[in-house]
Amino acid sequence: MKSLVIKDLSVNIGDRKIVDGLSLEIERGKVHAIMGPNGSGKSTLAKVIAGHPDYEVTGGEVLMDGENILEWEADERARKGIFLAFQYPVEIPGVTIANFLRAALQARLPKGEELEAVAYYHDLYAKMDRLEIDRSFTSRSVNEGFSGGEKKRFEILQMAMLNPSYGILDETDSGLDIDALKIVSQGVNALRGENLGILLITHYQRLLNYIVPDVVHVMMNGRIAMTGGKELALELEEKGYDWIGKEAQPAGV
Amino acid sequence: MAEAITQLDIDRSVGDFSYPEQHAYDAGIGLTKDTIHYICDVKGEADWIREFRLKALETFEKKELPTHWATEDLKAINFDKIRYYLANAQRSNKSWEDVPEDVKQTFERLGIPEQERKFLAGVEAQFDSESVYSNIKKAVGEQGVIFVGSTEGLMQHPEIFRKWFGKIIPTGDNKFSALNSAVFSGGSFIYIPPGVKVKHPLQAYFRINAENFGQFERTLIIADEGSEVMYMEGCTAPKFDTATLHSAVVELVALKGAKIQYVTVQNWSSNVFNLVTKRAIAHEEAEVRWIDCNIGSRLTMKYPGVVLKGRKARGEVISIALASNGQHQDTGAKMIHAADETTSNIVSKSISVGSGRSSYRGLVHVPRHLKNCKNNTECDALLINPTSRTDTYPAITVRGTGNTTQHEASVSQVSAEQIFYMQQRGLSEAEAMSLSVNGFVNDLVREFPMEYSVELKRLIDLEMEGSVG
Repeated sequence: MKSLVIKDLSVNIGDRKIVDGLSLEIERGKVHAIMGPNGSGKSTLAKVIAGHPDYEVTGGEVLMDGENILEWEADERARKGIFLAFQYPVEIPGVTIANFLRAALQARLPKGEELEAVAYYHDLYAKMDRLEIDRSFTSRSVNEGFSGGEKKRFEILQMAMLNPSYGILDETDSGLDIDALKIVSQGVNALRGENLGILLITHYQRLLNYIVPDVVHVMMNGRIAMTGGKELALELEEKGYDWIGKEAQPAGV
Repeated sequence: MAEAITQLDIDRSVGDFSYPEQHAYDAGIGLTKDTIHYICDVKGEADWIREFRLKALETFEKKELPTHWATEDLKAINFDKIRYYLANAQRSNKSWEDVPEDVKQTFERLGIPEQERKFLAGVEAQFDSESVYSNIKKAVGEQGVIFVGSTEGLMQHPEIFRKWFGKIIPTGDNKFSALNSAVFSGGSFIYIPPGVKVKHPLQAYFRINAENFGQFERTLIIADEGSEVMYMEGCTAPKFDTATLHSAVVELVALKGAKIQYVTVQNWSSNVFNLVTKRAIAHEEAEVRWIDCNIGSRLTMKYPGVVLKGRKARGEVISIALASNGQHQDTGAKMIHAADETTSNIVSKSISVGSGRSSYRGLVHVPRHLKNCKNNTECDALLINPTSRTDTYPAITVRGTGNTTQHEASVSQVSAEQIFYMQQRGLSEAEAMSLSVNGFVNDLVREFPMEYSVELKRLIDLEMEGSVG
C-alpha cells in the first residue's frame, strides 16, 4: 500500500529539539489525526514534512511512496504530492487567486506544455461553488483581506485543485465559526478517497466530529505518546492530556 | 512607402558620405565646436540649428554636474572619451559574434525573431519593418499627422516644430539637456492636427533606423486642440550598445483639450548611463500621461514632468523601475501646477534586486494663489535581497487653502514565509519571487499596452531567476 512513512524523525530549531524520534505512517485512503497540547511539536512536524527551510532534521527519514523526500526542496515535494494547508495562510499582494492556482498547476506540467485555460476555469469554478466561495474571489489577491474562514476555505480549494497524494491540515479548524467549519469539513470529506492520505493536526476534538478520522495520535514532547481509534479523541476532550504521560508507552506504527 | 524609402536613402548617404572623409571631418572622440560643425554638415542643417547647437555646447561646458544632489557616480562619465555622432557605417561594423553571450541568451528566451535580434544588438543598422511602417504612415498621413525623424521635422516643417522646439525644456535646464541640445540626432517629431484622434499607437519601432536608436535622441510631440495620441518607445529586449552615455530630451505639447500618452519601456545593458529629460506642457483641459518602465543601465536619471499650464489640465506619471545588481534607478516625477483646478497623479513602484538601488525623487509644486488643485503621490518600493537599497526624496510644496495633496509611501520585502507558501504550492523559489514581484507591479503593468505588459512579465521572470539561490 502507498503511504507516507515518518521514521524516527528528529528536528531542531537552533539548539532546541522540537521533534524527538517520531514515527508515523499515513496510508493513502486513511485520515490520521494528531492531537496534542500547545508546544508539543505538531505544527513543526507539518512544516518539516513540507520542507520549511528553518528547521534542521537531525535524524530519521520521511518516505513518500518509498522515496526519501527530505533531500527535496519544498517545491519538489509539493509537485510530487505533498500539500500543506497552513495554519496561518500568507498574503501575496497583487497575485490573484486565479493566477496563483494557474501558476501552481502549470508548475506541475512538463516543460513546453500549456495549461488548458477553459478546462482550468471550469474546474476552478466547480470547486469554488462546492466550497461556497464566491466566483468573484478569482480576481482577488491571495489571502489579502480575507476573513479567517475565507482563508481556510481557500486552503481547501487549493488542495482540491492541486490534487495531492498526502494532505496535511495544520489547525484548519482554528478561527472558524461553526458554519465555516461545516463547509470546510464537507470540502475535505469530498476529497477523501483511496488516492489521498490525510493528516489532520488539531488542538480540539470539535473538528473530528465533522472529519471523522480512522486513527488518532497524541503527540507530546516531540513524539507520538499514544495511538488509538476515533474514540480516543473523545476521551482526550473529556480528560485532557495530563493522564497520558503516566499511562502511555510511546506508540510507533 | 515612398517616404520610407527616401528616409532609408538619407541614412545610407550619411554613411557613404562620411566614410571616405572620416579623417578629414570626424571630430571623432570628444566634444568641441568641430564636432557640432561636423554633425550640422553631415545632416545639412539650417543655420539656426547650428547656432542653437553651438550655444548649447557653451551652456553644457559651463554647467557643473548635479552631484550636489545626484550620485557621485556621474563623475565616472568621461566626456572626452565619447563619440557624439555615429554614422550608420560605423554603427554596423560589429558582427553577431561580438554580441555578449548573455545578451544573445536573453533574446533567445524572450523569443525575439532572428532579424530583430541582430538589429537590437546593433549588428544591423536597418530592421525590415518597412511594410508595417508604411501602413501606419499611410493611415496617419491621411489624417494629416506628421510623423518623422527630428532631422526631417526641423528641415521639412520648421513652421510647426521651431515654435516649440527647446521651449518646454530649455537648453540650460540641466547639463544633460544642454548636451543633448548640442549633439542631438534621431528621435521622433510628431504633429497631430486639431481634433484628430490617432487610433493606433505611434511607435518609434515603426520607423526604426540606426539614428533613431541613437545616444542623443530628441523627440517633440505636438498635439493640437482636441487631438489624441499615444506614443510608444523602446522595447523590452535588452539593448546592447557599446556607447555608454545616452541622454535624450523629450518635449510634449498638449494644446487645449488634447490628450497625450507617452509609453516607454527600456531595458539598457548595465554599462549605460541613461540621463533623460522629459517634460510636457498641458494647456486648458489637456491631459498628459507618462507611462514609464526603466530596467537595466548602470545609472538612469529620469523625472518625467508635466507643467499644468491651463485650467483643469491633468498630469500623470506612472512608473516602474527595476534595479538589479550594480544598477541605480534614480527616477521620479515633477508636477508643476500653474493654473486653477489642475490635478496631478504620481504612482511609482520600484524593485531593487541584489545590490541594486532605486531612488524616487518627486517634485510637486502648487503655489498659493491657485484654487482647487489636487495632487496624489504614491511611491512603493520592494526590496528583494538584504543588500538591496531604496531611497525616497519627495519634495511636495502645496500652498493655499483650496488645494490638496495626498502622499503615501511604502517599503516592503518579499518575506521568506511568502516564498515558502508559494513553494509549498509547487512553484520554484525563482518562480515564487517572480510571481510576487509581478504581483507588486501588477496594477501598474495593466496601464501598459497589452504586448508590452506580457513582455514585461516575462522580463521580470528573467530578472528574478538570477536573484535567488
